[in-house]
Amino acid sequence: MSIVTPGAKQHGAPSVRRSSTSPIYTLVGALVLVILLTMAPWIVPAQASSTLMNFFILVIMATMWNLLAGYAGMVSIGQQAFIGLGAYATLYFALKGVNPFVTIPLSTLTCAVIAVPVTFLLFRLRGGYFAIATWVVSDTALLIIGAIPFLGGGTGKLMPGLQSLSPAQTAHYSYLATWIVALVVVTGTYLLLRSRLGLVLASIRDNEVAARSAGVNVQSARRLIFVIAAAGCGAAGAVLAISQPFIQPLSVFNIQWAAEMLFVSMIGGLGTIEGPIIGSILYFVLQQTLQQYGAWYLIIFGSLAVVVALWQPRGLWGAFRERFHGELLPVGYWLREPK
Amino acid sequence: MSLLQLEDISKKFGQVVVGEGITFQLEQGDAVGIVGPNGAGKTSLFAMISGDIAPDSGAILFDGHNIAHLSPAKRARAGIGRTYQVPRPFENMTVFENALVAAQQGARTRGQKSYDLALGALERTGLAPFANRQAGSLTLLHRKRLELARALSTAPRVLLLDEIAGGLTDLEVNELTAIIRSLRSDGIAVVWIEHVVRALLTTVERLLCLASGVVVADGEPKSVLASDAVRSVYLGGRVLETRGPNE
Repeated sequence: MSIVTPGAKQHGAPSVRRSSTSPIYTLVGALVLVILLTMAPWIVPAQASSTLMNFFILVIMATMWNLLAGYAGMVSIGQQAFIGLGAYATLYFALKGVNPFVTIPLSTLTCAVIAVPVTFLLFRLRGGYFAIATWVVSDTALLIIGAIPFLGGGTGKLMPGLQSLSPAQTAHYSYLATWIVALVVVTGTYLLLRSRLGLVLASIRDNEVAARSAGVNVQSARRLIFVIAAAGCGAAGAVLAISQPFIQPLSVFNIQWAAEMLFVSMIGGLGTIEGPIIGSILYFVLQQTLQQYGAWYLIIFGSLAVVVALWQPRGLWGAFRERFHGELLPVGYWLREPK
Repeated sequence: MSLLQLEDISKKFGQVVVGEGITFQLEQGDAVGIVGPNGAGKTSLFAMISGDIAPDSGAILFDGHNIAHLSPAKRARAGIGRTYQVPRPFENMTVFENALVAAQQGARTRGQKSYDLALGALERTGLAPFANRQAGSLTLLHRKRLELARALSTAPRVLLLDEIAGGLTDLEVNELTAIIRSLRSDGIAVVWIEHVVRALLTTVERLLCLASGVVVADGEPKSVLASDAVRSVYLGGRVLETRGPNE
């Protein structure tokens, strides 16, 4: 949001700005939101803060999936691999006596490290084959974890280290942990997309061949994004493990996670930062209002996804942006003629 | 030492020959035109120089170094810029951002330097007034100019132009050739594939004719166009040759 003024250049050259509108409103709005959400456990009932927590987890996952698919062109249906690995890394460290809340950064790092060799396997494949391969990776991880008795094998295990806290304390701390992870992930993604790498990703998203000939190292940008997305999903898995303290392989490695990430990003708008957040809000509003109709709500979700894909492929945020030319979180570059 | 040197480049796609023993050299500031019928291997030749496809055999030397094993991105960074026959703008980015990513990645510049480089390329190609427009909303002429602006933003030493004048009106072609001529005075070597021969002749001092992957003529443009080899490629040589003396 800084205004870049030309250095020693001749007088009268256009200046480059990073947003077309004043960033003050966005900044103030973001600050108010951050304060409100931090205070939420004191303000809203326990049920609501638990819903908010699930919302944050979805925002984290969708933001990461959007980086993968919306920016780097990698459609993954196996991101649950890193949700599961993040959850199990947390369980492992906690079993070794580490405080569960301290394990969150450790689990995040673990997932990033695991993701590096995985890219060398996956990046041999493209498009649909890549997507299927990510699922294979996830199921492989599930099978391996399920075969380790120390981690509870196929039946799962209770998260240790939380029993000394009262249920209210556990709920409060896990809310804060989840909220902080979500804040870090969204802010980090925003800063990433505003950086040089953001421009690189946008160019890959728009035209890979042209990006290469413009000097963009597509492969290494992709690798970095895959590792970041793995780390982010690992963090989501870690906070999930803390908030739902019985960890089962089939639930943390559930493909349902990938389906939710995909749905939310697509509805909200792929290739924008705001899209996955808007999509997550819509998802939760729909879920709360439709859950009384049982299986019907899945049918409605499915139809909605089809409708958006056919008639509004840029998603809700894309439609909004086309009409109003507004941006909440600007990442672009604007040239301004000197006055 | 030549700036760009192709030695005995060959490439086949199955039975289709797009390059057979192609050898040519390019010096700094040269302007070379390439003509040839459809399917002669012109665009494939560019793709081999820029790294989009790998030749089956032969060497490509840029500034004395063999670049045959380098990725397209590394070649762009080394100083080989190219435009595509069908423009490939980054449609959801602004015109300025299109040039900026090339300036930052292709020319390895940062901050104000990258802004200046990108802006310079836009000014040069007449796109400065459109800097904040979405590239996807540009007309064909402006898309072609954007291809050129983006290639220029990588600070190239060799510029490969693929049919950049195709589909444009005479006036637009004239504007474009004026820009290309001005690049030569900066020492940028230009290789230009073009069917609009009239546009080529105003700009290049050397012409190469490619047919079925073989360089059939290389030299001064007027004499290349007048040569028997080129005539036979375009007008069906056999028929002319056999008829000539007999009738």
